[in-house]
Amino acid sequence: MLRYAIGRLIQAAVAVFGVITIVFVVMHVSGDPTLLLVPQGASAEEIAALRHQLGFDQPILTQYLAYLAGLAHFDFGISVVQRVPAIDIVLSRLPYTIYLAAGALTVAVGAGIPVGILMAANKGTLVERALAAVVLTGQSVPTFLSGILLILIFAVELRWLPTSGVGSLSALIMPSIALGALSMSTFARMMRIAMVDELGKDYVRAARARGLSMRAVVMRHVLRNSAIPVITVAALEIGNLLAGAVIVETVFAWPGIGQLAIQSIQSRDFLVVQVIVLLISFIYVATSVAADFAYAAIDPRIRLAR
Amino acid sequence: MTNALAAIRRRTSRVPVSILIVAVIIAVIVAAAILAPWIAPADPDRQALLSRLKPPGTIGRGGVTYLLGTDDLGRDLLSRILYGARVSLGVALLSVFVSTLVGVTLGMIAGWFRGWVDVVVMRLVDVMLSIPAILLAVLTVAVLGPGFFKLVLVLGLTRWPRYTRVAYAQTLQVANLPFIKASELAGAGAMRILFRHVLPNIAGPILIVATSEFGLMILFEAGLSFLGLGIQPPASSWGSIMSVGRQFVERAWWIVAFPGGCLVLLVLSVNVLGDWLRDRLDPRSRIR
Repeated sequence: MLRYAIGRLIQAAVAVFGVITIVFVVMHVSGDPTLLLVPQGASAEEIAALRHQLGFDQPILTQYLAYLAGLAHFDFGISVVQRVPAIDIVLSRLPYTIYLAAGALTVAVGAGIPVGILMAANKGTLVERALAAVVLTGQSVPTFLSGILLILIFAVELRWLPTSGVGSLSALIMPSIALGALSMSTFARMMRIAMVDELGKDYVRAARARGLSMRAVVMRHVLRNSAIPVITVAALEIGNLLAGAVIVETVFAWPGIGQLAIQSIQSRDFLVVQVIVLLISFIYVATSVAADFAYAAIDPRIRLAR
Repeated sequence: MTNALAAIRRRTSRVPVSILIVAVIIAVIVAAAILAPWIAPADPDRQALLSRLKPPGTIGRGGVTYLLGTDDLGRDLLSRILYGARVSLGVALLSVFVSTLVGVTLGMIAGWFRGWVDVVVMRLVDVMLSIPAILLAVLTVAVLGPGFFKLVLVLGLTRWPRYTRVAYAQTLQVANLPFIKASELAGAGAMRILFRHVLPNIAGPILIVATSEFGLMILFEAGLSFLGLGIQPPASSWGSIMSVGRQFVERAWWIVAFPGGCLVLLVLSVNVLGDWLRDRLDPRSRIR
């Protein structure tokens, strides 16, 4: 187990380092990142002064090392627009996004898992076909469109829910559904595949032969075994939900880091955008490591395989 | 007519009706995009400020019928959707092409040469997959600035790792087959073996990935354009039409509804087709 854990952590460290490097490359791909950080209409002197101040007149390798050194000290740079550390701005908005992602994950798991189970249990029937249509729709409708439709129906026409804002729990409902729909489909598909696989195994037939009802076999054995692959999906979906918040938060005026990312792009505050990308990617790496550990703890074949 | 239809049906009897339907939908949308300049009833950019936000079916000045209504500048929505289809499909198709080219080449090379090439390429794949794609695309498009070809490049270069994983795994399997060994012994070079012999044998799984990616690329382009980061006016894609329509959605639902409907119909059809291809070509595959 220890060897497996260390190997996986090293792999995660490589991924984090790689993410940091890719973000650096992207920020420099336009040639001069200073131009990304000045307000529109700045004079040539102002630009030159800022370039010097931020070290963008140094050789690229020096800049890269300074960037790495800064990150090692949790120094993510100062927002050029607001004159405060970029990380502080992002962290002040992060709780809203976590709140939204938690709501969306609840929707996705709460609807996706039962749908997947029902599809597997009713394989080949009309029930499966109907649910398959729901799943397909979930993965084919863009989040901004479902967001607009939800607002039109439940806020404008029926006046049941608020169009935007974060005041109450009812404000969380529509953004969670819009954001969670795609993940719901993923969970349903994974759950269905996992369960169909399990149902085809010998122990199911053996248990049935011993006289257990199908219901008992599913409840006692199949569900537990097919839950394992779903853990991995859940971990990956957390990252996707945080990233998907960029669009959903814009539609619902939700004050999380997704909306902040778009606002910062518009006000040309790219250090803030950079922090958001780094942060979500780190969370993504961390959750997938956590999922692998959980997976290994449950299933001895994984930790003993190496 | 019915005879002709029956003849077609006989030839395609092994294909389920639902697949025929989605294939027809996709074909119609593609044809509409290609033929846009000839079938569009009006110039998509011609503004008529007196006919703003007219509902579908309105007959405008000079006897023009706005079949799907007009937008906030009085432009004919049907024509804008037809021209927008070219941009949406064009971006999706070209970016899938870019990521297939990059991803499959890297995957085959990593699977064939193994050793340090394998380590470097597959680590890079892991790293790329650690950044949520939509986020990387948002950052890159924001840095580079908007535009058709930049969008293609950004989407193409953020989405190649999935192809690499599949091409890599498939190449590892194919590399040990006798006819590959034979052609290696016959003195064929690595590139010849990879592109002449390996590629045709791994094309099925790659086609499956490309199909599901195509649907995703349509959604990505629409999302980026909706955020104002993609296609810029006066050019328009379905996403950018909806982005404008969102501001008027309470007064003029059609500006969002029709391009949105086209988009969902197309993505839905592509996903159905992709699922079917997966079941047909690769029944045991679990690639995601």
